[in-house]
Amino acid sequence: MSITVSEARERRVYWAVADCLTIVRTELVHLVKEPSVIAWQLGFPIVSVLLFVYVFGSAMDVGSGSDYKTYAMPGMLAMTMAFGFMNTAYAVAIGKEKGVVDRFRSMPMAPSAVVTGRGVSDVLHAALDLVVLATIALVIGWRSDGGLLATLAAFGLLLWLRFSLIWVGVYLGLLVKNQEAAGNLFAIAFPFGMISSVFTPPHLMPDWLGTIALWNPVSSTATAIRDLFGNPVAAGDTWVESNAILMAAVWPVVVTAIFLPLAVRRYQGLRR
Amino acid sequence: MGTTGNAITAERLVKCYGTKRALDGLDLAVPSGAVYGLLGPNGAGKTTAVRILTTLLRMDDGRAEVGGVDVTREPRRVRQRIGLTGQEAAVDEILSGRQNLRMFGRLFHLPKADAWRRADELLERFGLGEAADEQVRGYSGGMRRRLDLAASMILAPEVLFLDEPTTGLDPRGRSEVWESVRRLSDGGTTILLTTHYLDEADQLSDRIAVIDRGRNLTEDTPAGLKRTVGGDHVEIVVRAEVDLAEAAALVGRIADGHEPQVDAKALRVQAPVADGVGALGEVVRGIEQVGIGVEDVGLRRPTLDEVFLQLTGRPVEVEEEGVPA
Repeated sequence: MSITVSEARERRVYWAVADCLTIVRTELVHLVKEPSVIAWQLGFPIVSVLLFVYVFGSAMDVGSGSDYKTYAMPGMLAMTMAFGFMNTAYAVAIGKEKGVVDRFRSMPMAPSAVVTGRGVSDVLHAALDLVVLATIALVIGWRSDGGLLATLAAFGLLLWLRFSLIWVGVYLGLLVKNQEAAGNLFAIAFPFGMISSVFTPPHLMPDWLGTIALWNPVSSTATAIRDLFGNPVAAGDTWVESNAILMAAVWPVVVTAIFLPLAVRRYQGLRR
Repeated sequence: MGTTGNAITAERLVKCYGTKRALDGLDLAVPSGAVYGLLGPNGAGKTTAVRILTTLLRMDDGRAEVGGVDVTREPRRVRQRIGLTGQEAAVDEILSGRQNLRMFGRLFHLPKADAWRRADELLERFGLGEAADEQVRGYSGGMRRRLDLAASMILAPEVLFLDEPTTGLDPRGRSEVWESVRRLSDGGTTILLTTHYLDEADQLSDRIAVIDRGRNLTEDTPAGLKRTVGGDHVEIVVRAEVDLAEAAALVGRIADGHEPQVDAKALRVQAPVADGVGALGEVVRGIEQVGIGVEDVGLRRPTLDEVFLQLTGRPVEVEEEGVPA
């Protein structure tokens, strides 16, 4: 065979992309065949927003003087992205347990496609989640007053957060023993999503808790998109809140920088 | 293919998990075209061996070639030559059988048209034509395994690894999978099969390696293994105790030089014989001549259970769910 090194590399890149797309296509078929999965996964954010807006809403005063639901809606979107890592972890854990990951690894396909395929389809899935949730929010009476570009930028930041959490999900999915254990990750997801500015501003919390919430990446995204949507921000005047948009862009870079290598190491470590 | 004519060669494989040696110098030589059974209890190292040979796991020491390619040095090329069916049916539950095979075809880098055609061929060949467009979720255990086998066969691999292919299947599912394995073998595929079902190794394999604690215990044909525990036995169970002596004398005449064993309580007489079927005929004729009342007459062949007991000094353990060895 007379294949040069660069040709071989080109072919490798070609197959890495092609195999990734094959897996993404499969995941999309899943969505078409079982759209109810979306309903199940969105059940929690929808129920919690109804709970917060209509049950606790009358007692909620975030200090901005305006309607609580315009505060809670962007929070719900950010929370859904934050919880998304569970879907990734769950899918990875099932693939590992059922031997699908092993089958892929025993095949001459691009090894990276197992992870990249998962990642791309999860981001697409998250985009679909956002469409459904934004529609519900519009029905309830939420509006974006930020204009088209700012609104799109807000959704971009939401997906950016979700993207960085793919690596957390892949890492945890490979770390846990089986799918039941992956389900238990909710114990991490819940405080991660809730101890944030999603439903209440951190400065209304006890100091120590408020500090954690302030520096939670989910808070930066929630505050940033409220700003971009032109919704009441109700934020304190700390640096991290004043620079929420910057932080909403930076946090996912930090998360990726930590968890991408961990996930790759863990994946390669399957051979040990 | 190497000069040895072996599809799989493994020399002194070692794999440690902490202080536990899952493989402790395992050797394998699987001739091309053979169905080779790797038999052992849970924890014997069967799955570890398969995972190393299919490039899923790195060995700590030793050397292995599959299809003439070194497993450690060229895992990619090994992957083009093998198929793997693991302990779980690694297929997509939500997709249909056809969609599964098309997806795997694409991931094996077949052009689209070829992947489509290959999926159809394999569905027919594995008897899944009618259920091809149904979701795998609705398949029986046997159908899932057959789909799993079909997915392993997309590139018509030289070597197929079956890691406990019938664990958890009902008898019907097992016989379906056995049938498929036999047909693949007739097509010339070399098959390495791990199992802790002794009858499965017996039914399917040309040769069997018995392993325990990561080491080889013995290697032979199924018939040869059984001979090591002793050959066939004829057995008579009489109706009444008074006939026991007569039966013992009859069996003693046929058994070549062996004293028949008499179990007075069970009213049973048995003795080893060289030509099992011939001896059985003689016994039946003898019973008619002597005229004793007989409850049962039979030829008892040693099972691999006994082989295993003899080799390891302990019986094969009862199957546990999902314990990788």
